[in-house]
Amino acid sequence: MLKRTNIVVIGGSAGSLKVLLVVLPHLDKDLSFPIVIIMHRKASSDSVLNKLLAHSTQLEVIEIEDKMTMLPGCIYIVPPNYHMLFENKTLVSLDFSEKLNFSRPSIDITFRSAAEVFQEGAVALLLSGANSDGVNGLKEIKSYQGTVAVQDPATADVDYMPLQATLHVDVDIILKPTEIASYINRLRI
Amino acid sequence: MWEPNIIKNEDIELLLTDVAERYGYDFTQYSKASLKRRLNRICLIDKFSSFAELRYRVMNHPEYLQRFVEEITVNVTEMFRDPNFYKSLREEVFPRLGTYPFIRIWVAGCSTGEEAYSIAILLKEANLYHKSLIYATDINPGVLERASSGIFPISQMQLYSENYRLSGGIEDFSKYYTANYDSVQFHHNLKEKMIFSTHNLVSDSSFNAFQLILCRNVLIYFDKELQNSVFDLFDISLDALGYLALGSKETIRFSKLEKQYKQIGDERIWKKIR
Ligand SMILES: C[S@@+](CC[C@H](N)C(=O)[O-])C[C@H]1O[C@@H](n2cnc3c(N)ncnc32)[C@H](O)[C@@H]1O
Repeated sequence: MLKRTNIVVIGGSAGSLKVLLVVLPHLDKDLSFPIVIIMHRKASSDSVLNKLLAHSTQLEVIEIEDKMTMLPGCIYIVPPNYHMLFENKTLVSLDFSEKLNFSRPSIDITFRSAAEVFQEGAVALLLSGANSDGVNGLKEIKSYQGTVAVQDPATADVDYMPLQATLHVDVDIILKPTEIASYINRLRI
Repeated sequence: MWEPNIIKNEDIELLLTDVAERYGYDFTQYSKASLKRRLNRICLIDKFSSFAELRYRVMNHPEYLQRFVEEITVNVTEMFRDPNFYKSLREEVFPRLGTYPFIRIWVAGCSTGEEAYSIAILLKEANLYHKSLIYATDINPGVLERASSGIFPISQMQLYSENYRLSGGIEDFSKYYTANYDSVQFHHNLKEKMIFSTHNLVSDSSFNAFQLILCRNVLIYFDKELQNSVFDLFDISLDALGYLALGSKETIRFSKLEKQYKQIGDERIWKKIR
């Protein structure tokens, strides 16, 4: 079955920045969906990280603000210390509530929200990390017929997170960092 | 703990309309995505296995209402959260406020009070506290009770004193409180000029004129329309040349206020210019 991709959500923790810096330079400019990145990081490091990511790609990199409208072909970064939820297919909300899996933002929370709102149009990718955040979210993506991709644990700096995903979720595709960009580019319609 | 997913979008509408009619708390214009999470969380914590059970409890047990309100209105907060914001208050806003004979500040959605105490400390250090009044309001009477006690968990003090220092504080932060076994008591003189009161931003009207209004991380829970009506409420409640401060990811951009206000520096502080 051919699915139309309406959103790509990427979650990562320890060791995932390195992967993003491999992926982002090779993304095509005219993607037909937005990309949302949820990364665990220190609250104080935000502007540095955004700049680093912005310089690595030709796509526009935007830090999410409350009630922002998402556009295709842009990369949206969830700010530190907030959870991010989709109100509908274009409008996003931030939420400052309890941490989940010791994390805020929590990957699970955004993945679940993407699953509910985009259903089979959601593609979720989980990268390197030491925490199990994201695994439950991937299950939700799956249960709504979305697509689940995971970084090849053998290529991860910290393999716990992708390994948990491969153990507990019916993963659609396992990707090496160098394969991720072309995978995403091919999701375009 | 992973929350269940048993509340459907239609359920939310139904429950909120009932609650508004029965109790007068109107959450119908809150962001649905966030509300759905909160409702699922209540089901987890209070062990409801279906929406029907939750609805029955809410509608037939008025004593449960406060707990319900408390759970769906997130009240997570911190002292000196976003230290740079407080630094801007110290450096850009307070010197201006100092020129007034009397300073009225409204902390709307103050939760358990950490923000109001942070402001009190800043005012003390700017030597303005004696001529200030801080109105700290929230929809939830439970958090206001905790706010007025001035007692906070000791486990947070390391973070707060670090935040305080980053905001430009040069005192020993511990001089503001007395430590007990697992909590600290902030000194009573910090709340001498604080007034705690319930106020619902959805349904209550303007009650005074202020030089500074802070409403941080409250509007993210509202839909755009409700955000705009709260902006109007703040606009009526602000003196000419008064300041409005929002949370670090909130903005008046794209609202009617945009043209009448000017942003101060990089922080989420706007000055009313018209
Ligand atoms: C996340 S807390 C923010 C606390 C603090 N301002 C901060 O930024 O740390 C949100 C607060 O808004 C309050 N709130 C929610 N809806 C409200 C309403 N309609 N009127 C007044 N307060 C409300 C909640 O009770 C809660 O205490």
